[in-house]
Amino acid sequence: MSPPSVLYDAPGPRAKRQNVLFTVLFLVGLAALIWWVVQSLADKNQLEWIKWRPFFTDAGAWQTYLLPGLKNTLIAASLAMVIALPLGALFGIARLSEHRWVRGAAGTVVEFFRAIPVLILMLFANAAYYEYTDVSPDSRPLYAVVTGLVLYNASVLAEIVRAGILSLPQGQADAAKAIGMRKNQVMRYVLLPQSVTAMLPAIVSQLVVIVKDTALGGALLGFSELLASVRPMSANYGANTIACFTVVAVIFVVLNFALTSFASWLEGRLRRGKRSTGAVVGADAVEELATPGEHVSHDDLGGAGGSGS
Amino acid sequence: MFDFLEGYNLLGAFWVTVQLTIYSAIGALIWGTLLAAMRVSPVPLMRGFGTTYVNVVRNIPLTVIIVFTSLGLFQTLGVTLGADTFKTINFRLAVLGLIAYTSAFVCEALRSGINTVPVGQTEAARAIGLRFPQVLMLIVLPQAFRSVVGPLANVLIALTKNTTVAAAIGVAEAAALMREMIENEAQLILISAIFAFGFICLTLPTGLFLGWVSKKVSVKR
Repeated sequence: MSPPSVLYDAPGPRAKRQNVLFTVLFLVGLAALIWWVVQSLADKNQLEWIKWRPFFTDAGAWQTYLLPGLKNTLIAASLAMVIALPLGALFGIARLSEHRWVRGAAGTVVEFFRAIPVLILMLFANAAYYEYTDVSPDSRPLYAVVTGLVLYNASVLAEIVRAGILSLPQGQADAAKAIGMRKNQVMRYVLLPQSVTAMLPAIVSQLVVIVKDTALGGALLGFSELLASVRPMSANYGANTIACFTVVAVIFVVLNFALTSFASWLEGRLRRGKRSTGAVVGADAVEELATPGEHVSHDDLGGAGGSGS
Repeated sequence: MFDFLEGYNLLGAFWVTVQLTIYSAIGALIWGTLLAAMRVSPVPLMRGFGTTYVNVVRNIPLTVIIVFTSLGLFQTLGVTLGADTFKTINFRLAVLGLIAYTSAFVCEALRSGINTVPVGQTEAARAIGLRFPQVLMLIVLPQAFRSVVGPLANVLIALTKNTTVAAAIGVAEAAALMREMIENEAQLILISAIFAFGFICLTLPTGLFLGWVSKKVSVKR
């Protein structure tokens, strides 16, 4: 039997007794914590069935508050993704350009927007739409949220695209040039199609970041997404703040967990399949590429068994 | 050109941002390390708890967590964290929310660092009679920390940027001041440039410095 972890052996009789002891101690601690939470919730009357009932028996809570909120969250997230993806690809390719000024300009733009918090970008976009355009006040929050998300995520996606293209073997581009393809043909027909497959898990994970960031618009810009539905909802159903937050958090967790699982399933599938020649830019890369600072080098991206045949 | 800055405490606001970052970073490092230790421990219940915590917290937007600390914890349940003025209560709640969120990412970074320690070392450690806590604390974690300085730096930079979310519960940090200034002054571009510059000053040097540190201290294998 192989040991369950490299850090400890398969437990013998003494270790088993100790594990049981630790399990019991931990369970007691956890139970005490849960009891304390439940008790303080009960003290403030947050556990009464009447405060939770709307989410289970009343379709109105979903129709009036939750589903429209979720719809707006998804609209903003998908708009941001659809606009940011081609923009990101463009900047990612520009960063690999042979011309120094193109490379430098694209690099500056990408590094600039990656270094600034999304909220700052959203606040700026909101004010800019107010001052310089005649976008109606109703749709301004959506515009601002999407603009902020696009500016930030396009630069992160640019890094993902760059990492994906760099992960392809140099021989690919050489071979393409050898049969007489032009630079943009090499990119369009050889490098991009292959790297897109390799980048897919990272791109799906980036969607989680986008979905989470839409909540900023709800808290600070008056965008009526899922989080923003908490206040009117708890006002309408008798100050059931905790219940509302729980339901909203559960929706976010289910949505994002589905996306995360899909990304890692995709990553596993791509790693097993031998179609692509490059390393797969895994979902884990997103976090690292999302923050300015040191760059993930070519070798680090492959991860375990990244490169196929 | 910069006259309008007179009435605003720009440095003060960025100082609050820095304070939020430092306190949350320390808290997240401690709680994240504990979570990572739980996730690799031999006790299944602890592993389960660690895994559940990370998967749940990572998928909730930070904004939801921070707004919850104010509306849920403070206004509904009366949690004040030992502070008595609104200003300090909100600050501490924001730190609490940032710690809860960031520690999930610290835990994941550390866990990947633990995986870089060669199996032979832990086997050797066990062979000379060290037990799990000793293996973890004396052999594995010190090396893991050295190899994850880079990823942890990324978490720290993300945390710096995430502190702006505290504006949602009225903590007077940089983003909150920017919002106020945009409302009162007709200098949108200039104001935005100032705040963008401020954050670049905070994040880029951190990334460069810790990138350099990570090259220095990483275990060459």
